[in-house]
Amino acid sequence: MNQSQTAHHVAPETLLDVNNLHVSYGKVEALSDIQLSLKEGQLVTVIGPNGAGKSTLLSAIMGLLPSTGDILFDGEHYTSPEIETLVGRGLGLVPEKRELFNTMSVQDNLLLGAFQRYRRGDKSYLQSLDEIYELFPRLQERSKQQAGTLSGGERQMLAIGRAMMGKPRLLMLDEPSLGLAPLITREIFRIFNDLRSKGVSILLVEQNARAALNVADYAYVLEGGKITIHGVASDLANDSRVIDAYLGLASKHQDILSN
Amino acid sequence: MNVQVAALLGQDGLTNGAIYALLSLSILLVFTVTRILLIPLGEFVTFGALTMAAIQTGKPLALEWLLATLMLIDIALDVYSRRDRTVSRKQYQMIALKAAYLAVVLFVTQTFTLSELPMLAQSILTLCLIVPMGPIMYRLFFQPLADAAPLVLLIVSIAVHVAMVGIGLLLFGPEGGHTKPFSNSMLQISNIFIKSQALWVIFSALFLILALFFAFERTLYGKALRAAAVNQVGARLLGISPVFAGKATFALAAFIGCASGILIAPITTLYYDSGFVISLKGFVGAIIGGLASYPIAAFGAVVVGLIEAFSMFWASSYKEIIVFTLIIPFLIWRSMKASHVEDE
Repeated sequence: MNQSQTAHHVAPETLLDVNNLHVSYGKVEALSDIQLSLKEGQLVTVIGPNGAGKSTLLSAIMGLLPSTGDILFDGEHYTSPEIETLVGRGLGLVPEKRELFNTMSVQDNLLLGAFQRYRRGDKSYLQSLDEIYELFPRLQERSKQQAGTLSGGERQMLAIGRAMMGKPRLLMLDEPSLGLAPLITREIFRIFNDLRSKGVSILLVEQNARAALNVADYAYVLEGGKITIHGVASDLANDSRVIDAYLGLASKHQDILSN
Repeated sequence: MNVQVAALLGQDGLTNGAIYALLSLSILLVFTVTRILLIPLGEFVTFGALTMAAIQTGKPLALEWLLATLMLIDIALDVYSRRDRTVSRKQYQMIALKAAYLAVVLFVTQTFTLSELPMLAQSILTLCLIVPMGPIMYRLFFQPLADAAPLVLLIVSIAVHVAMVGIGLLLFGPEGGHTKPFSNSMLQISNIFIKSQALWVIFSALFLILALFFAFERTLYGKALRAAAVNQVGARLLGISPVFAGKATFALAAFIGCASGILIAPITTLYYDSGFVISLKGFVGAIIGGLASYPIAAFGAVVVGLIEAFSMFWASSYKEIIVFTLIIPFLIWRSMKASHVEDE
């Protein structure tokens, strides 16, 4: 953990580099010529309106969807990668739909997050379980409960915790604030800061643009399947195009909540 | 009917019911994880029983060459699919391991006089010959169309079943097979006799069911299979691949099928084509459980066994009809109370 932090300060290495990525649904091109990169220890966000292709982008990087173009992750190049390979290499995705195992207990859901580590013979996964419970005490209270019975916020915590159990080097999150009460959103965003300080790199897809720009180091704006603007997150938060389209006056309440 | 007859029928019913319960659990397991109705399960039963019989009568085994062919195709596919990728050391090890396994099994079948081996060794050898066919079957016939509709999978499943019955005829011939019982003794409680082989079957089945329960409730591999059944996308995101889940469930089903065959071979004479009806009765149990509930399926399968035994006494020529008619009220009841839950 400390090692990756020093690496971050001395010479941050590129962990994820996506080049010329295209995804189509039949003849409809959902993503075209995407270029995106993320350095070790960074929190990068992709914001954009509904239907811009944000979830598609994460699914393609993860290998859930077929794509063309080059994906560089942790020093290896992939074209339309295989999901199991990437999971094994330390990529984690918390999908928009959470995809929990509803009829299994909270604890089983978490333990399964470490399946690849267990398979490799990494015995330290039980220790990770304690760390997750420390991060989300609510999950420990409900450890014996079925995942399907949790509230929206708890489900999101479980989805994040489950992905964390795999000890990912890069955690991708798809709309983690979707459908959550503002206060819970705030708590979840605080956790992203915690995770980053523990050396986990994060790629965050969000509609809640202001909150996302507040925590991120770097940001991309995705519109109609293309990256239209990108830059340092704090710069983007003051960019008039971004303010007009995504922040504006109407979203001032987000500002209050994200602080 | 007097007490003795009832006890005898009950014994038969429970023995068969225990086997049906095992089969219904594997049908359910394979179905929930892969959406495949495993029709060829019955062939694992007959292959197991007939291989045991062939070993005991000292007939030359033909099955080992089927296994060898399948395993060589499997290894060839391994090599082929990795032609343009960097092959990791682990994958080489896997290929070498498969080749070594095949070599050892062939060495054992070729050098020892199998009919003189103790029965336990014969059983283990039979399992070693048949169980690897499960995952290979998944790989060759189902893995390429894992995303196909359940109906397509069912059609393929029927095709594999028909092919295996044919292969069974080729390997074992049209004669039935019968093996020596594990033990010959009779247990007497007042004036009721209990065959010890029946106890063997019932306790082995019970042990296997408990072992399965333990594996799925307590081990991470078992939980991973359950997870793959509950939410495939979620499982893939954690690196639990559908290929792994498919192969593992097929291996389990082949093991259970083959073990069932070994267990009942001393009680009933099995022919190359007897497997279908046996697995169909396990299927009735699985239907009673709504293709979802393991305990209800197992219980239902035991009831099927009992009904079969008693209808044999009262109306023996109608016994199959009575058993399979049982499915109709359950289907009606199931469709009446079914709330159609959308797939996740």
